[in-house]
Amino acid sequence: MNIVVCVKQIPDPAAPQSFDAQHNLTRTGKLILDEADTFGVEMALQLVDKAGDGEVTVVSMGSADDVGGIRNALAMGAAKAVIVSDVSLRGTDALGTAKVLAAVIKRISPDLVLAATESSDGYTGTTPVQIAELLGLPSITFAKSVAIDGTTVKVERQTDSGYDEVTVALPALVTVTAGVVEPRYASFKGIMAAKSKPLEVLSVADLSLGAETGQAGAREEITEIVAAEARTSGEKYVDEGDGAEKIVAFLESIKVL
Amino acid sequence: MPLSNIWVVAEPSNGSFTTTSLELLCQARTYGATVSAVTWGEDVASLAAQAGEYGGAATLYNVGALGGALPGVPVASAIAALVASVGAPDAILIPTSYDGRDIAGRLSARLDRPVLTNVSGLSDQSGLVTEHPVFGGSQTVRAHFTGEGPGIIVVRAKSFAAEPAGGSPAAVVAAAPGDLGSTGGATIATSHVEERVGPKLEEAAVVVSGGRGLGEADKYALIEETAKLLKGAAGASRAIVDAGWVPYSHQVGQTGKTVKPTVYIACGISGATQHMVGMKGSKNIVAINKDPDAPIFQIADLGIVGDVHKVLPALIEALKARG
Repeated sequence: MNIVVCVKQIPDPAAPQSFDAQHNLTRTGKLILDEADTFGVEMALQLVDKAGDGEVTVVSMGSADDVGGIRNALAMGAAKAVIVSDVSLRGTDALGTAKVLAAVIKRISPDLVLAATESSDGYTGTTPVQIAELLGLPSITFAKSVAIDGTTVKVERQTDSGYDEVTVALPALVTVTAGVVEPRYASFKGIMAAKSKPLEVLSVADLSLGAETGQAGAREEITEIVAAEARTSGEKYVDEGDGAEKIVAFLESIKVL
Repeated sequence: MPLSNIWVVAEPSNGSFTTTSLELLCQARTYGATVSAVTWGEDVASLAAQAGEYGGAATLYNVGALGGALPGVPVASAIAALVASVGAPDAILIPTSYDGRDIAGRLSARLDRPVLTNVSGLSDQSGLVTEHPVFGGSQTVRAHFTGEGPGIIVVRAKSFAAEPAGGSPAAVVAAAPGDLGSTGGATIATSHVEERVGPKLEEAAVVVSGGRGLGEADKYALIEETAKLLKGAAGASRAIVDAGWVPYSHQVGQTGKTVKPTVYIACGISGATQHMVGMKGSKNIVAINKDPDAPIFQIADLGIVGDVHKVLPALIEALKARG
């Protein structure tokens, strides 16, 4: 059972966010492994463990100046990593990103590809399914549980009213929600081992990709960024046993009560 | 160039289109373009009536029964075949939903056309300009497509109003998915419905939501009781859904439901970007949080800096006393 997990290094979501002059998200600060990706890494490790053979490869695109987030996935237990890093990729859109990651995954030819449902910085949420289409794979999104039975993957997929049990034959792509498993913390041993695990850095030329990536390949553009209609804060009180009273009075004032 | 053709992917749900689908049909109609809808299922007569009434659509393309398959692959395949046979529209509008996002991703890769997601506003400025809330809704990004169409636009719930505007039923035209090759095969074996009582989260006038500040799963009962007393619905932040305290169907936020109630009462919710995007449109916001610096207070009309374990029981007592 060989599994690829798509991961992304993102700016710390707790830090203030901004756009640069080209309307790209500023990524000057430290990059971390998107927490949303830790669930896919953990799920992959557990599935490989259960299968008794195979390995987990993490695949990413972005700056390779700081690979702390990728090393974190290796420290959790992934066997190796591939990151596509190229200045020409700046401004690549979701479909362009999918083309890059699909080209890498094709070389590995795994049994299963896992990804988060969406990243915590861009929230586009289409890249995994675009990858599946480019690779000719079936996909099941929004998994809250993933199990493998022989050559079939069984997923509990979230729905508006509950969940569906969905099955498909491998190879396939599955996107996982944060509820799928509890990610482990990297152990000291894992962190030490991660330092010597293979981390391959590829360029766009290595993948024989070109014009479809980067800002030029993106066929949409941001025209402007404006302040949204601001919601101003109203009254704020420290509860001194009268908090509930204040809420009741407020609900009366807006005629809910 | 004026918009001449807009297609709307309209999701069926129990013999009707979903609310977001109806919102998109109504919005598409405002541009003076020819609106066509795309749906799936066995019996689409009532959907054809809705496509006409809300979208003024002349045509309802029906992909047909999916035989338990997840809609993403067959519906995208059918739309790609339609683009090849009848020509590309200026834009394809798709609701933000589980299946809508699948369809958008599949279609984007299949047609090799870009997709814009999380759209909360649209305007026609010699082509469609999209609006996207970013950074917790504090800023709005405006964007447009620069290349050859059709642009694929995935729109969030409650971005537009859904009002029937009259129109005869759309003509139903079959749109076969064709050969799905190796991409098909994801099949629903069984569906599980998690029952909930009271009004639907998206439709309730009052929403009471709980977050990590509740401390433990059992305390969610305080949220449910307060919601019940106010004839509202109980919601949740992603943190406690991920922790398994409440089912996903309760989640409000970027990856959950978008709500715009008369009043939203956030209890023990700090106000992460993820959450704020889903409830910022509420008419009134009340927040109870221990941390005076919690971001939720920046958008709250009434903020109570206090312990939810004290304020909520007192509120429940006060509401009960009123009968």
